[in-house]
Amino acid sequence: MAEKERVTLVVFSGELDKALAAFNIAIGAASMGMEVSMFFTFWGLNVIKRNEGGIKSKGIMRRMLNFMNRGGSKRLPLSKFQMLGLGKWMIGRLMRDVKSPPLEEMMAMAKGMGVKFIACTTSMGMMGISKEAFIPEVDSFAGVATYLAEAKEGKVNLFV
Amino acid sequence: MPIYHTANKLKELEIGQVLEILADDEGIKEDMPAWCQVTGNELLGIEEEAGQYKAYVKKSK
Repeated sequence: MAEKERVTLVVFSGELDKALAAFNIAIGAASMGMEVSMFFTFWGLNVIKRNEGGIKSKGIMRRMLNFMNRGGSKRLPLSKFQMLGLGKWMIGRLMRDVKSPPLEEMMAMAKGMGVKFIACTTSMGMMGISKEAFIPEVDSFAGVATYLAEAKEGKVNLFV
Repeated sequence: MPIYHTANKLKELEIGQVLEILADDEGIKEDMPAWCQVTGNELLGIEEEAGQYKAYVKKSK
């Protein structure tokens, strides 16, 4: 049995359109029988945060940050034309028109195909976010060495 | 998402069986050959009729 080709994606962005693109690629690669790992770092952590509840953290700056940057797949803005939410709503309509699955569904599809979700502990430490802030689908919490170990074996390594 | 559905459905088939995929995404004309090439399955053909595409993939491995 030939070894599966590896694909890594660093998801640095916390924007809806970028997250959709990342998951489209992840699902496509998994559909081709490839082994896919997605590393969520910095603003990308917002994609895998729980939608419910608040984010507990210590210190005034972190509390401010995690209040302004609440995150969660439902709260992601567009990277362009957000227009205070109007742009995001319009994109949502366009997606529904062409029956494009919403982000939450794409995340479930990716998970179902064995795509790994990894959260970056460096970003978590800096922002004061604990494991409890994330969705249960996150497979592991790791740092840059884990990412590089996988990326060096990867045929496709992307930064979104 | 045609390749996603193709990948999943093909798992249920036996080698030699053919899957018919209906899609309205024009990208399938390029995507399905690429998917077949990478996965080693055989693309028998793609038909186009008024915006609807039918692709035939034979499970080869």
